[in-house]
Amino acid sequence: MISQILKKVVDGVKPTFDKGGKLSFLHSLFDAVETLLFVPDTVTKKGAHIRDAVDLKRSLIVVVLALVPALLFGMYNTGLQHFRAVGDVAAEASIWGCWWYGFVRMLPLILVSYVVGLGIEVAFAQRRGHEVTEGYFVTGMLIPLIMPIDVPLWMVALAVAFSVIIGKEVFGGSGMNIFNPALLARAFVFFAYTPFISGDKVWIRGAGKGGEYIDGFSGATPLTQLGENAEQMLANANVWDWIVGTIPGSIGETSVIAIAIGAVIMLATGVASWRIMLSVVAGGWLTGLLFNAIGASPVMDMPAYYHLLLGGFAFGAVFMATDPVTAAQTNVGKVVVGFLIGVIAVLIRVVNPGYPEGMMLAILFMNAMAPLVDHVVVGFNVRRRLSGKLTKGRA
Amino acid sequence: MGTTKSKNWQYFLGPLSKDNPVIVQVLGICSALAVTAQLKPAFVMTLSVVVVTAFANLIMSLLRKGVPGRIRIIVQLVVIAFLVILVDQVLKAFVYDVSKQLSVYVGLIITNCILMGRVEAFALSNKPWPALVDGAANGVGYGIILLMLGFVRELLGSGSLWGVRVIPDEWYIQNGGFYANNGLMMLPPMALVLVGIIIWVHRSSKSNKDLIEK
Repeated sequence: MISQILKKVVDGVKPTFDKGGKLSFLHSLFDAVETLLFVPDTVTKKGAHIRDAVDLKRSLIVVVLALVPALLFGMYNTGLQHFRAVGDVAAEASIWGCWWYGFVRMLPLILVSYVVGLGIEVAFAQRRGHEVTEGYFVTGMLIPLIMPIDVPLWMVALAVAFSVIIGKEVFGGSGMNIFNPALLARAFVFFAYTPFISGDKVWIRGAGKGGEYIDGFSGATPLTQLGENAEQMLANANVWDWIVGTIPGSIGETSVIAIAIGAVIMLATGVASWRIMLSVVAGGWLTGLLFNAIGASPVMDMPAYYHLLLGGFAFGAVFMATDPVTAAQTNVGKVVVGFLIGVIAVLIRVVNPGYPEGMMLAILFMNAMAPLVDHVVVGFNVRRRLSGKLTKGRA
Repeated sequence: MGTTKSKNWQYFLGPLSKDNPVIVQVLGICSALAVTAQLKPAFVMTLSVVVVTAFANLIMSLLRKGVPGRIRIIVQLVVIAFLVILVDQVLKAFVYDVSKQLSVYVGLIITNCILMGRVEAFALSNKPWPALVDGAANGVGYGIILLMLGFVRELLGSGSLWGVRVIPDEWYIQNGGFYANNGLMMLPPMALVLVGIIIWVHRSSKSNKDLIEK
């Protein structure tokens, strides 16, 4: 009923935006809204990641849906961590209160991300005369989820502008980018405004502004604690908290359960590749085991599966490494790239004292390597077919 | 006379935009990324390179008929190295702190492709006066880009210009404001991105459409 009315309205104003119409300069914006509301009868054709006969917006909406559990939990956890920090036991107990607190703080981040990102996308689409590319739907949701709650909004805006313009538009828009745009935005903040995205002050709302804490409360993430004082952190390890996600961290990355629900949604609909997810986890876990075998320091001795639960490992494996644009395209390539992401992430965590977390850098690095891996895999396949199968067939 | 004058004028204008050594020929990128974190070293580097390119071109143009083709490269190197050592000593004597900041990059002017490029491509086949103009112009063209990078990087990266604080203290977050310096600006990768943006803007102008590779 509503959809029919909506359709009538949209079809009614359509001529205004078509070529020659009064508002034809806003054509790409209209097109974006129309295809968002109704499944278009056209199929997306351009872009390195197109492997399906549906419009790209449909598959991206599945990813956004898969992000919802992590988003909702992130909001709840924001409130929970804040009330814990100030010692407000009554407020901490109220799930709804915690969630609402986080929701109010989270909303500006999401709005800034979408307004700036889509604004730039629309501007570029207008100038170049093509439709607004849909890739930003997912990116716009991912960026707030991988930021600390207290990051200043103008930094988010700047990071979004950098990642959309330098990371995506200069390469030719959605589907042509080398690096995952959301991670690029985070890397921008990480290197440009390091104090606002690392340390023990930023992960809890209000901490950076001299908030009053109860004694003995630390806002450091488990990985930061691991880097600073491994023995103490391992002695206080609470695996169940890490799985549920009631720990300080970037907004969406803490809860392994919420991320796992997202993973199930994406795998069931076939939007994400199980090969990548599995090989990232395998790479991280086996590297952890390898360090266990060396065992030269308390950090190396940490049980290997801890790595999979801490920091951005789960979030990166499920939502970042599987990005169809920047991941490898061949099946063998997916496994190789995924595995190396896991290896490098754990390697950075354990060996490099400068960075407590390695997932972001590992994924960005392997984004750059993915085309090379694909090239080798394809070349190998070509050689194998030329030498073996074909001659056998002839004989 | 009039034609030679306008020709020299062309020699001078070319490297400033249409034939710029950094953003069109993509030479001298290494030092352009390394010394531009602040405006002052960028400026001193610019002066040094202008002096060296101008006089290397002049000297090689004067010598062009006396140097056998087979050993010209080694002669060029001697001339350039002589000039660079001269510049290096002057910097050490008069602006020691900047010389320290520039460190190895003054010595590396010798390997700056702009120098050998101009000497080979221009000085060896032109008269001294045009050669001097061409050398100086290429140095200036290189310097314009360096100064742009130095300006943006120092302003956004350290909040100062020429070592003087420009952005008010009370703007900073630690003083209750909203602003923070962009640490990425201090890193060479961002300088490369900035060079890319300059190239992008430069080639979007109507008169430079022919520079765009198909």
